[in-house]
Amino acid sequence: MTNVKAMVLRSAGTNCDLETVEAFEAAGAEVALVHLNELSREPARLEDFQILAIAGGFSYGDYVAAGRVFGIELRHRLQRELSAHVARGGLALGICNGFQILVELGLLQAPSSAPEERAFALTDNASARFECRWVTLRSEACAVPWLVPGELMPVPIAHAEGRFVVRDEATLAALEAGGQIALRYVDPAAPNTTAVYPANPNGSVAGIAGLCDPTGRVLGLMPHPERNLHPWQHPQWTRRGARAEGEGLPFYRRMVEFAADATLTPA
Amino acid sequence: MMETAEASSDEEATTVPFPEAWRIEVLRHPDREDPEGEHVSGAFRELGLTPPRRTRVARGVLLAPDYDRSAIDAIASELLADPVVDVVRIAAPGQGFGLGERPGLHRVLVQRQPGVMDPVARTIEDLLVRIGRTPASGTPGIGTYRAFELEGPNPTELELATKKLLANETIENVRIDREDLPYGKPTAQTARGRVQVELLAANADELERISTEGQLSLTLVEMRAIQEHFEALGREPSACELETIAQTWSEHCKHKTLTGIVEFENASGEIERIDNLLKSTIARATHELDRDFCVSVFVDNAGIIAFDEGWDICIKVETHNHPSAIDPYGGAGTGIGGVIRDVLGAGLGAKPIANTDCFFVGPPDLARDAVPKGSMHPRRILRGVVAGVRDYGNRMGIPTVNGGVWFDEGYVANPLVYAGTIGLMPRSAATKEVRPGDVIVTVGGRTGRDGIHGATFSSIELSEHSETVSSSAVQIGDPITEKRVLDGLLRARDLGLYRGITDCGAGGFSSAVGEMGEHTGAEVDLANVPLKYPGLSSHEIWISEAQERMVLAVPPEHVERLLAVFAAEDVEATVIGRFTDTKTLVVKDGEAVVAELGMGFLHDGAPRPTRTARFEAPDVPDPGCPRPESFESALLSLLASPNISSKEWIIRQYDHEVQGMSVVKPLVGVRADGPSDGAVLRPLQHSWKGLTIACGALPSYGKLDPYAMALAAIDEALRNAVAVGADPDHAAILDNFSWGNCDKPRELGALVLACQACYDGALAYGTPFVSGKDSLNNEYRVGDRTISIPPTLLITCIARVNDVRRAVTMDAKQAGNELYLVGTTGAELGGSQYFELEGLFGGRVPRPDLALAPQILRAMHQAISGGLAASVHDLSDGGLAVAAAEMAFAGELGIDLDVGAVTIPGLEPGYDADAVRAFSESCTRFLVEVAPEHAADFERAFASLPCRRVGAVIAEPRLRLRSGSTVLTDLALESTRQAFTGGFRG
Repeated sequence: MTNVKAMVLRSAGTNCDLETVEAFEAAGAEVALVHLNELSREPARLEDFQILAIAGGFSYGDYVAAGRVFGIELRHRLQRELSAHVARGGLALGICNGFQILVELGLLQAPSSAPEERAFALTDNASARFECRWVTLRSEACAVPWLVPGELMPVPIAHAEGRFVVRDEATLAALEAGGQIALRYVDPAAPNTTAVYPANPNGSVAGIAGLCDPTGRVLGLMPHPERNLHPWQHPQWTRRGARAEGEGLPFYRRMVEFAADATLTPA
Repeated sequence: MMETAEASSDEEATTVPFPEAWRIEVLRHPDREDPEGEHVSGAFRELGLTPPRRTRVARGVLLAPDYDRSAIDAIASELLADPVVDVVRIAAPGQGFGLGERPGLHRVLVQRQPGVMDPVARTIEDLLVRIGRTPASGTPGIGTYRAFELEGPNPTELELATKKLLANETIENVRIDREDLPYGKPTAQTARGRVQVELLAANADELERISTEGQLSLTLVEMRAIQEHFEALGREPSACELETIAQTWSEHCKHKTLTGIVEFENASGEIERIDNLLKSTIARATHELDRDFCVSVFVDNAGIIAFDEGWDICIKVETHNHPSAIDPYGGAGTGIGGVIRDVLGAGLGAKPIANTDCFFVGPPDLARDAVPKGSMHPRRILRGVVAGVRDYGNRMGIPTVNGGVWFDEGYVANPLVYAGTIGLMPRSAATKEVRPGDVIVTVGGRTGRDGIHGATFSSIELSEHSETVSSSAVQIGDPITEKRVLDGLLRARDLGLYRGITDCGAGGFSSAVGEMGEHTGAEVDLANVPLKYPGLSSHEIWISEAQERMVLAVPPEHVERLLAVFAAEDVEATVIGRFTDTKTLVVKDGEAVVAELGMGFLHDGAPRPTRTARFEAPDVPDPGCPRPESFESALLSLLASPNISSKEWIIRQYDHEVQGMSVVKPLVGVRADGPSDGAVLRPLQHSWKGLTIACGALPSYGKLDPYAMALAAIDEALRNAVAVGADPDHAAILDNFSWGNCDKPRELGALVLACQACYDGALAYGTPFVSGKDSLNNEYRVGDRTISIPPTLLITCIARVNDVRRAVTMDAKQAGNELYLVGTTGAELGGSQYFELEGLFGGRVPRPDLALAPQILRAMHQAISGGLAASVHDLSDGGLAVAAAEMAFAGELGIDLDVGAVTIPGLEPGYDADAVRAFSESCTRFLVEVAPEHAADFERAFASLPCRRVGAVIAEPRLRLRSGSTVLTDLALESTRQAFTGGFRG
């Protein structure tokens, strides 16, 4: 057990909250599962937490667009507190729908930029369908200090709107130069080449599966590392030798360990 | 980005009427891919129409006219459009978009009819209210529609395509090249209060007319019983009373056929009188078996069995056939939504942890002109039901881990949609009660006119007119409301805030309150029921089947806390009455008493019909079993046939990983393309115990021999479960019958035989039935022709895996391993996929050996538990050859199989031995891969049972079928994979 406290935020339609709680607990954090309504009533609660995680699901049904309504809710209710959390060194993680929410919220952009200046988006998969399948992620050299560049991680995806797109080539170059490209889909048989479908399951530009903000404190990704905590969750575990744990667990552990060592400046 | 910033020119506005509302349309930026638009073009091609040069799909929103322009701009840019991928156009109230002249371009607008659930509109409306972005009137007044903009199609083709793929006019309004979308809420006004029905003086004709015109689906005998009851009371009934009785007595709620009296002429010509078929066969087996793991069976919304220390599992499988025939998307979605509520309402409520879905539809390659009038093409139906299950199940966060699709011409006009849910609950939540004085609380969705007459409609046959007369029985689900209910309910359950619960399903409040209060009495005031819109009559409120509602019995002292728990989840919870000790159901609407019925008459007053049943097997000669012209092409054709080929396109649209419990997935192997026999989940973090869900159904057998069909389905479900590691001694099964018109003695005769097989099978395997459901009268009338479905029994198996680390998958693991065939192969190919391929009908249907089969299942389980099996695959459709091919390509390893090693007892002339060995579908068989070091132990485990070494796993990527030294086929693995995966993909 570390001294790290993680808040898992949920709202109507969140459905990956319990496995996300399990992941942070297994990684050594003390976890609180909090409904948006609760946090809106007492926004100061966030100050007790080093990590804020927005769990996956279909917030508000993903009606209109994935994550949009939750993103707008957060912007209207908690924008100041969320920005303050990141500014004082707190970490934020968005998984799947949480990533979509972070994008809508603007928390992955430079702090000064307005929502309408957003130059990237998560949109309909190239297949125009919801897809659930296992993929392989490669951690990139990026602003997130606790990711290990070059490391491969098998994880499942399950989404309909996970295709990462950019406004233009310059945006992509800026994200790359700013160390914001955190995770890429790769073909495990050829991890150094650009992945094509189904290794890149949704047609994301440059195989981008996860993005961080320029500080590396806010990270969003479409796949679900919390669904690969145990050896028996891997789709080919009956073909493999013994593994001590699922490859998703170290992802959470490193995040929690980093948060334990980091000093947060008081609000 | 604005595509056109300004509203239309005056000229356009004067020639075409526009809705009196703001309109915002959001489209993909023209430089971006528009996958939805491309999909539409593809669908044109499939219909044999010239695809449009380009299709764009816009999402349209209607907003209250009293918004000002700046608010509309803000809503468009902040809420409706993405700044990177979308463009927006805006039209002011009463005006057009000013798109100008665009020759050859057509706009098709599709909008849900007033009163049909529109979760998108509701979500936008709620958000705008929450963030204070409302117009002067205070109400955003949101409506939505889709606009298809197609370049090129001629008007005839456009109209056809609109009907066949863009819209379902049963629930949607369509405008082709017109902009006059209706705007506003349903305005129908009906008086509330008591409406008297003149019944006492009615003669037979009038009684039948009252039943038909009121869509009550009551027979003359039943109408007479009601008439007599009210004669004795000395008063006329109210409409509400008549509706309540009709709902409660409906086939859907009462199972009149299965619980009625049947005079059955058996095979020896004797008449057996069966008093309650269900009780004397299926339920009887469960009671006789008296297994200690059965916690609650046949009494609650779902069957409950023990799982692990302090934890139980509950399961329910439902049909939603008729609604899915009319609107596949809405029907399947509300089907899964309803069965989830059954699990939420079982005991004190279980947490749903898995869904299972089985579909029975017409052949995917059915000629377009063979689709009966009033029906949809099987592809459209299948795509629709898959999308419905996907959009509801995924949003609920429940993994869909099991299922199947069966194709047969018999389902062309009457598809079957089965949806099942498995729940996990603490043992303390397994029982419920209702006490006089408990408060009746409804939680979840509001009540509307949607879904009126679902219970009675599902009990009558479909006809070509069903889509127009029955549209109010079709609904669209709102899964996020149900997810909120789930979140609130489990919290309230764990706080002990309520005592009893049930879902509001068929029959609405009338059934839910009527059933809960059967032994007490209840009084409800409809004036308290929250409504979606005004204008419902009292009895409409009472019987509406609006979705996403549950009814609770709450001790008065807990009401306040319970309402607060739901409020915290943004769920509406409302007190609508209380349970009494009067044994009477009293329904008020304000001051007016609209119904007052004794619980005794309501629940026990229905006359029990006597029906006759007789089954004669089709009189067809035994076709023997010819040798195929080529084993290679027969095998490849089987792998590619609709019933066998890959269902990956469906499976991957369902989230089967959410909740993180998945141990054995629906697709397994190196490339995750091997069809798993069953799914394994690990529901509890602190325990290695796992759960298997598997199923079996063999409608093609049912046409020839319904008794053997039922036994084979039980065997298939159990062996699928055992194949992945389940313990056959901790297994339970469910029966779901979908049958033709049981007023016909032959249909009912087939049902009696299937039920008798269920009894015999359950006893032989030691496996109790814990829940079930029947959907009878699945026939379709077009003109004077009646099309009936094949007798279809779906058996679902839920079984425990004692240690998930011992679970096995079906993909071949290692070159050099031995392959064993477990079980006896017989010359019984009636109803087999091989016969289907060869165009043969008749012959013996596979029937498990009830003495041997349970022993084989136990031995197989012992071998798997002992770690002796590297892979196990059950033999089913397509037999040994298909099973071997699937194992091989899933493991990316070759297989060398000597079918000559398979012995067939008593082979008759006309049966080719090799064809039987390769393609027979005899029951209780497995193909098992065993490492050489375990071979001796494995053989010992089957010492007294049929088990024979038939081949080996090889490194060379080939599938070789031999009969001794004669090579039947020697195929590249890749060609078998391509055959399996290359078929219809949605």
